[in-house]
Amino acid sequence: MTFDLLAYAAFFLTNALIFGIICLGLNLQWGQTGLFNVGIAGFVAIGAYTSALLTTPDAPGRFGGFGMPIVVGWLAAALVTGILALVIGALTLRLRSDYLAITTFGVAIAIQLTALNFQRLTGGPFGIAFIPRPFASLQGNALAFDVANFVLVAAVTLIVFVGLERLVRGPWGRVLRSIREDETAAAAIGKNARVYRLQAFVLGSAVMGLAGAVQGHFIGFIAPDNYLSTITFQVWVMLIVGGAGNNRGALLGAVFVWGLWSGSSALTATIFPPDQQARAASLQIVLIGVLLAFILVVRPRGLLAEPATVSRFVGRKSKHEPKIQG
Amino acid sequence: MNLQFIVDGLFAGAMIGLGAIGVTLTYSILRFANFAHGEFIAWGAYAALTLTGLIGFLVGHDIAPLGPFSFGWPLLAAGIIAMALTGLLALALDVILFSRLRARGNAIIMVMASFGASLALRSLLEFIFTDEPQYFSREIQIAIPLGGGMRLTPDQLLLFGLAAVLVIAMFLVMSRTTIGRSMRAVSENPTLASVVGVDVERVIRATWLLGGALACAAGIMVGITVQVRPYMGFDLLLPLFAAAILGGIGSMPGAVAGGLIVGLAEAAAVPLVGAGYRGAVAFAVLIAVLIVKPTGLFGLRE
Repeated sequence: MTFDLLAYAAFFLTNALIFGIICLGLNLQWGQTGLFNVGIAGFVAIGAYTSALLTTPDAPGRFGGFGMPIVVGWLAAALVTGILALVIGALTLRLRSDYLAITTFGVAIAIQLTALNFQRLTGGPFGIAFIPRPFASLQGNALAFDVANFVLVAAVTLIVFVGLERLVRGPWGRVLRSIREDETAAAAIGKNARVYRLQAFVLGSAVMGLAGAVQGHFIGFIAPDNYLSTITFQVWVMLIVGGAGNNRGALLGAVFVWGLWSGSSALTATIFPPDQQARAASLQIVLIGVLLAFILVVRPRGLLAEPATVSRFVGRKSKHEPKIQG
Repeated sequence: MNLQFIVDGLFAGAMIGLGAIGVTLTYSILRFANFAHGEFIAWGAYAALTLTGLIGFLVGHDIAPLGPFSFGWPLLAAGIIAMALTGLLALALDVILFSRLRARGNAIIMVMASFGASLALRSLLEFIFTDEPQYFSREIQIAIPLGGGMRLTPDQLLLFGLAAVLVIAMFLVMSRTTIGRSMRAVSENPTLASVVGVDVERVIRATWLLGGALACAAGIMVGITVQVRPYMGFDLLLPLFAAAILGGIGSMPGAVAGGLIVGLAEAAAVPLVGAGYRGAVAFAVLIAVLIVKPTGLFGLRE
């Protein structure tokens, strides 16, 4: 019994941390730079499909299945997603901020349609199965398998977290925040806002692509239905609840909201009769949507607010000083 | 080559154009891209559907369809009430959500809030009506040949005419009435407009009411000629944005022209790329506009 519980805890945290990695990517884009990406589902999908194509065994009737090691798939996922973001960002980041929102929204739809229809590449509606799972040899033992995967995903999360923290706390992060707060002032000291925005957008998207690949390998199967706009929405709620601009907040928000989501799913599954399950699922989304709107109005800073630091050498600002609002 | 795609494209384009007017007005007057606009289309269609059923129930006997059309007077009456209700829904959303965020002066927070509102509104429809498609009528229509191999059903012909009337009326409102002139003034320069005594709050209310009502009209058109589904508005959202940007943000004639072009592009592309990619055509148009002329056909600013 305790072992079951422990295995479930590891399983739950693995899922939550994968969302946490996506949140870290979004935090770089939105929290630090103020870029509004509505196409998270698309970037996650590109990562998942890239890694799946590279690592699955050769499949008849579909492109690829190159049987490469998982690590190669993950790195390629980040790379390919980053390149896609580079193209999209170069096109839209020179325009008003809403254009990025509209374009990324379109990107996610186009990618989802391609995943659904381009059967020779993506397996169509049936998706891609037999994606190698890390520690597949342990699969007989649920506890060992779940814990090993948890440790792996936690390690990936930690690497991304530490890497982003270092970047964000350094000179590069300061430039990003200065552009977010006052683009004219940043330009006056010689910082090219467009280039910095593009860098943040590409790096954040690459992190999302990596998370998509990690998720695909953990589940072992991907299909177009996994990448609908609901996932974009979930990640946004996680970041806003946790606290945009704060990497710890991004991870905390992911675990907290994933807990709410899984908990309410379990609850609706027991309360509603089977024929009403689809309805109950939509009610669940309504509640999460209302939660997002509510937090935006009532507590826009989220659980953990952005630390109002200028630099780690200068130290924290005192609490009484007016906070910078995103 | 079969020219039917022109008729289909123009008809779909008229629906997109009606919706895009609201998007472009919200974008230029309230200065944010409203992702919840598609939900006004879906809610409008469901409101009209429910009201048509209610009128039929109150009358108590079957009402014969008008002439060659698939629907009778109850739908026309329901349509007018539904347009008013959808305008009020848009206004209510502003009061509950957007007006509170507007004071903070961060447009992108409004975009995010509209994104949340869109998901909540859509899922609420799914909760109430389930995702089972519904129909205004199951009557079969005989298409009228228009020459050149093109055909149009009587329903489509009538709706096309009604859409044209709405667009012309909207055009007259924007160019000939005080509120229309105020709306254009706020869209040009809100500070200057309020300095010369334009009531900006009133302009904002008018924007939501008009945008919501036109979205409802688009929803009814889709509902009569295709079907009513909770996702009908969400699926139109990308074409709406593409049309508004193609026409030039803030330009009402541009939104209509953009809608017709996106509709035609979709209809022309489907035989080439397959119906599965229909939704991506608007995306291709959008990207093309962003590369070639981000200000759009009639727009002045990005």
